[in-house]
Amino acid sequence: MELAVFYVAAVVAVATGVLAVAHRNPVVNVMSLVVTFFCVAVCYALLAAPFLAAAQILVYAGAILVLFLFVVMLLNAPLPTTDQPRKAQRIVGAAAVALVGLGGAALALLVAPAPRAPVAEGTAAAIGRLLVGPHLFAFELVSVLLLAALVGAMVLVKRKA
Amino acid sequence: MSVPTTHIVTLAALLFAVGAGGVLLRRSGISVLLGIELMLNAVNLTLVAFARQHGHLDGQVFVFFIMAVAAAEVAVGLALLVAIFRHQQSIDVDRLNILRW
Repeated sequence: MELAVFYVAAVVAVATGVLAVAHRNPVVNVMSLVVTFFCVAVCYALLAAPFLAAAQILVYAGAILVLFLFVVMLLNAPLPTTDQPRKAQRIVGAAAVALVGLGGAALALLVAPAPRAPVAEGTAAAIGRLLVGPHLFAFELVSVLLLAALVGAMVLVKRKA
Repeated sequence: MSVPTTHIVTLAALLFAVGAGGVLLRRSGISVLLGIELMLNAVNLTLVAFARQHGHLDGQVFVFFIMAVAAAEVAVGLALLVAIFRHQQSIDVDRLNILRW
């Protein structure tokens, strides 16, 4: 049952991922990436990570892609008529993509994994205990990073008075 | 039966390749940022898979931090795109060549 759900999620994720980078319309790109991120959240739920599944939907599908959609509509940029990669770019890009995809998939399937340890369920309580315990400094640092990004983004888009 | 780790990592490799294709082959700045998001998600997927494999939650904590950094990256990246669009009425990354020698 879990396997069947995973395979459906995986196929949908790859298909919508291709649509997200290949379609010409930016709104279609963003909306199909929403579906991809939902499928990744399903994978998290299957991998004993319920907290991350919720965070994935809240942060990625809820916040980041809404920001993308907002910018797509704000810019209202005309669809580039010349959105064709150059010849050299196409060859190098396709070769790199094939190398990464096939090489990564082959490595993943060929290398025998370490024996499976007992599963640690990533509930909000367990993750939270780790965040305010051993990772407290990084956790506080992230809040500073987010504040800096917030101020930086506002300064970048501010019109000159 | 639970999902084998190898299958998850294979899916992550495919998603990463698709994202890399978006970064390398598209010329719209928004598509490049979307490709980066897809690659970050692929890496997160491997981290969660290996966290389960080793019965450790540290990998999931790393994913939490990567999500936070990705949110910051997207905010600044999109702000840069808006500023660039105001500057030259285009988000074609091939036209961003004013720093060339």
